[in-house]
Amino acid sequence: MKRAGLYGVMAEFDSTTDLVAAANRTREAGYKRIDAYSPFPVEGLAEAIGFHHDEVPLVVLIGALIGGLSGYLMQYWISAVSYPINVGGKPYHSWPAFIVVTFEMTILFGGIFAVLGMLALNGLPMPYHPVFNVPRFAFATKDRFFLIVFSSDPKFNLLETRRFLESLRPKSISEVPD
Amino acid sequence: MDERIETAAPIIEPGHTFGTVTDKISSIVLTRPTSNGWFIGFGIAFLLTMMMLFAMGYLFVRGIGIWGVTIPIGWGFAIVNFVWWIGIGHAGTLISAILLLLRQSWRNSINRFAEAMTLFAVAAAGIFPLIHVGRPWLAYWLFPYPNTMQVWPQFRSPLVWDVFAVSTYGTISLLFWFIGLIPDLATLRDRSEERWKKIIYGMLAMGWRGSARHWHRYETAYLLLAGLATPLVLSVHTVVSFDFAIGIVPGWHTTIFPPYFVAGAIYSGFAMVLMLAIPIRKFYGLEDFITERHLQNSAKVMLATGLIVAYGYAIEAFMGWYSGNRYDAFLLWNRLHGPYSFFYYMLLMCNIVIPQVLWIPKFRSSPVWLFLISGVVLVGMWLERFIIVVVSLHRDFLTSSWGMYYATRWDWMTYIGTIGMFLAAMFLFVRILPMISIFEMRTLLPEAEVKE
Repeated sequence: MKRAGLYGVMAEFDSTTDLVAAANRTREAGYKRIDAYSPFPVEGLAEAIGFHHDEVPLVVLIGALIGGLSGYLMQYWISAVSYPINVGGKPYHSWPAFIVVTFEMTILFGGIFAVLGMLALNGLPMPYHPVFNVPRFAFATKDRFFLIVFSSDPKFNLLETRRFLESLRPKSISEVPD
Repeated sequence: MDERIETAAPIIEPGHTFGTVTDKISSIVLTRPTSNGWFIGFGIAFLLTMMMLFAMGYLFVRGIGIWGVTIPIGWGFAIVNFVWWIGIGHAGTLISAILLLLRQSWRNSINRFAEAMTLFAVAAAGIFPLIHVGRPWLAYWLFPYPNTMQVWPQFRSPLVWDVFAVSTYGTISLLFWFIGLIPDLATLRDRSEERWKKIIYGMLAMGWRGSARHWHRYETAYLLLAGLATPLVLSVHTVVSFDFAIGIVPGWHTTIFPPYFVAGAIYSGFAMVLMLAIPIRKFYGLEDFITERHLQNSAKVMLATGLIVAYGYAIEAFMGWYSGNRYDAFLLWNRLHGPYSFFYYMLLMCNIVIPQVLWIPKFRSSPVWLFLISGVVLVGMWLERFIIVVVSLHRDFLTSSWGMYYATRWDWMTYIGTIGMFLAAMFLFVRILPMISIFEMRTLLPEAEVKE
């Protein structure tokens, strides 16, 4: 029941406990497309809004494997195939000497994938987002906690959803224009 | 009730809320007028930076003959300063990554500026090998890239490992620092009054809005990055020590080098953290957040790593005698009685004897004393690298190839200039970015916990 020009309805709370309780009750009431905003990571909040699949570890693993493999294979190809030179009678494929660079490349690619992967999965950078249209939302990076039900939720109905959020005793309620 | 918990100083003074923590830290950047002291300090640091650029410019025109490096001492100040700076950087990563994994939440109020310190120290360190190669415009030859000469780096050499270790360390430190800044940049964006500040901080914050999904991925990425940075920080100074230990010069060719270099790095790094934290908390009135507890804990880390360093010196001396190798034995004799013996005794004094006063609680809890002792440790750690580089090289196997090393004014100008560059960067950092992680400070407050 998406209404044109409306992104969702947002409720404001002033403590982590209230926010997590409200998020749990909203999810239990059958709302699927919800989100919560807090000025710092709150334990249990992600579960409360029904977020379970965090792909960041997989991305980091892939990055670390790419880095390690390419680091080792690069050294092997350079030292044994493309440019074999005899240094102190050591074998061309001196694997113990290749460990350090392999290790550093593993860390480097794992770290870059962790940061860029986290940003990409979060959809950042995002210059515009409708929640910033709510003036009170500036406090979401200070000391206020917000819960939103998106208008794309199948159960969304402006009047009913608003009444439901009011029953959670928030500090304020705002409609978020798209 | 546990008595220990009651008597220890708190990591954040009572009475703070999410709002006061946010306002106190962000107002330093947003509303506090820039003081005259800041302009004077930054001005001096900036002039020193200009002096460094002048010394480097002259170096590029004339070549490294203007330095004191000669054969047999081909490494001189450039490598001494490189190792000293890169060691100082280690404390930042230790505080931000290792103490995070160990759940030492007191780190939350010092990790941000310690990470900034790491970045600037690595930048200062990186200058030295680049200008020391003689033809710095060809420094990119250090990296493997397809070229028309059809030659490649030699991967069995520790100097190539060092290129990878230091550049990885610089990159990961920058990422770690930046990922930690994102939520705080969003706070600055929302707190700024002026439009241009909103735009700049807003662009840097990249649209961060604190969504629970974002925080979850953010925390995972932050934790994994800490897990990656932990072995990295231990590896970097290990690889730096390989630059020496893989060589056969007496005084370099020892297996104790990697752990003793890492301990020394953390030792000097915490000394630099204290030398920065003590004036910063005083001038910006941050005693509520950087409490006596932080100073005490840093002092204890210094004491512990200092003792590991002392153990390293003892083993070096013991092996000089026990190995029965005449060259190793001579190295020990030369340190104690050679032309540079004054520096060796100063090193023992600065790194081992004087820091033992940290056993006394009175010295550990006095900011003035801690500041002075940290300065002594920084001098001592610089002397250690001087002893390792210069004293080992100046008298090796053949008496016919012995020599002496005298630093020139250009050596000193470059060295002191990098200190100026480091301080200038720190001055800019405390003025334009939150020097304490605001969002991590909020998590320390009792209200942050969700009550059932």
